[in-house]
Amino acid sequence: MHEMSIVVSIVEIAESEAKKNNAKKITKLELDIGTVSGIELDALNFAFESIKNETMLKNAQIKINKIKAKSKCEDCNYEFNVEDVYSLCPKCNSYKTTIIHGKEMKVKSILID
Amino acid sequence: MCTTCGCEGNGNEIKMTVFGEEKKLTIQNHEHNHNHSHGHHHHSHEHSYEINLETNILNQNNLLAERNRGYFEAKNIFAINMMSSPGSGKTTLLEKTIKDLKDKFQLYVIEGDQQTMNDAERIGKAGAPVIQVNTGNGCHLDANMINKAIKKLEVKDNSIIFIENVGNLVCPALFDLGEAKRIVIMSVTEGEDKPIKYPTIFEDADICIINKTDLLPYLSYDVELAKKYALRVNHHLKFIEVSATTGEGMEKWYDELKALIK
Repeated sequence: MHEMSIVVSIVEIAESEAKKNNAKKITKLELDIGTVSGIELDALNFAFESIKNETMLKNAQIKINKIKAKSKCEDCNYEFNVEDVYSLCPKCNSYKTTIIHGKEMKVKSILID
Repeated sequence: MCTTCGCEGNGNEIKMTVFGEEKKLTIQNHEHNHNHSHGHHHHSHEHSYEINLETNILNQNNLLAERNRGYFEAKNIFAINMMSSPGSGKTTLLEKTIKDLKDKFQLYVIEGDQQTMNDAERIGKAGAPVIQVNTGNGCHLDANMINKAIKKLEVKDNSIIFIENVGNLVCPALFDLGEAKRIVIMSVTEGEDKPIKYPTIFEDADICIINKTDLLPYLSYDVELAKKYALRVNHHLKFIEVSATTGEGMEKWYDELKALIK
């Protein structure tokens, strides 16, 4: 489960920034996670719940912005929404499609006290 | 509790052992800083405020991966990250490759497994310097482990380093190690639909090696269907069909490897 490593990275990024600003706690954490980023949100939440009490994010509200995946066809340039990375172009049926949105994994912002 | 793996220890213990050497190197893969400010309070912030970060979650790993990449480039080392599910034949493929190419190229191997020295022993016997990285509970190699391993292995200039990732078709995909190329290995004893079941690992691969082709007469595996699925995930993917056991198709893999390092 790589989500635990992901959560550890998130906590390190958030705590390091909070400490730089002499914060006592982090009250809100906002993440951008693409729907085809390879991060499973249930696993992420589970991992987060299991470690947050030992971090500055103990009572933080977690907001996850799910970034919808979009793909572009290299043959006909059509852009379309996808839920996976292997969908064919709905217009010309080509498999030469490239994900243009949905791979995001970012710590967007933190709210500190 | 360790935040890397959920163990009770203070951090996941990563063990690194060079085959042929007895001394072991143990690293803490993550620095666990618990610098709580005791009796030292800041009252400067009466109100809460927001900080915009827009930081990639894997930033730290990616920065280290780029350092590895710079190290490899400066020393003219060609690093290949080999990923697959457990049992697809990564180690057998490497054993055969080392036996056939060790007189022509300087080859090194970093072996990633949760436990045991078994794979490093096989690679060492085949004739390449090898370091075993035991990730403990970890399900993938990361840039920090590779950074430590290449220094410990004392890799010479103008060489090829194969990084055999932990057998896992999910987690290794997200972690850049600083490699020049990524190879995904799939064997014909698996289902043809592996590429669409576990697309992330196929998405960023450069080459897909289809292994154990000597077993095709006994299976209903459809090679063309598997390729079709893989191309739907990544239409830039190149395929090489081999049997690391019989040697069939290995020449094509060596030709591809020689073309890559030019």
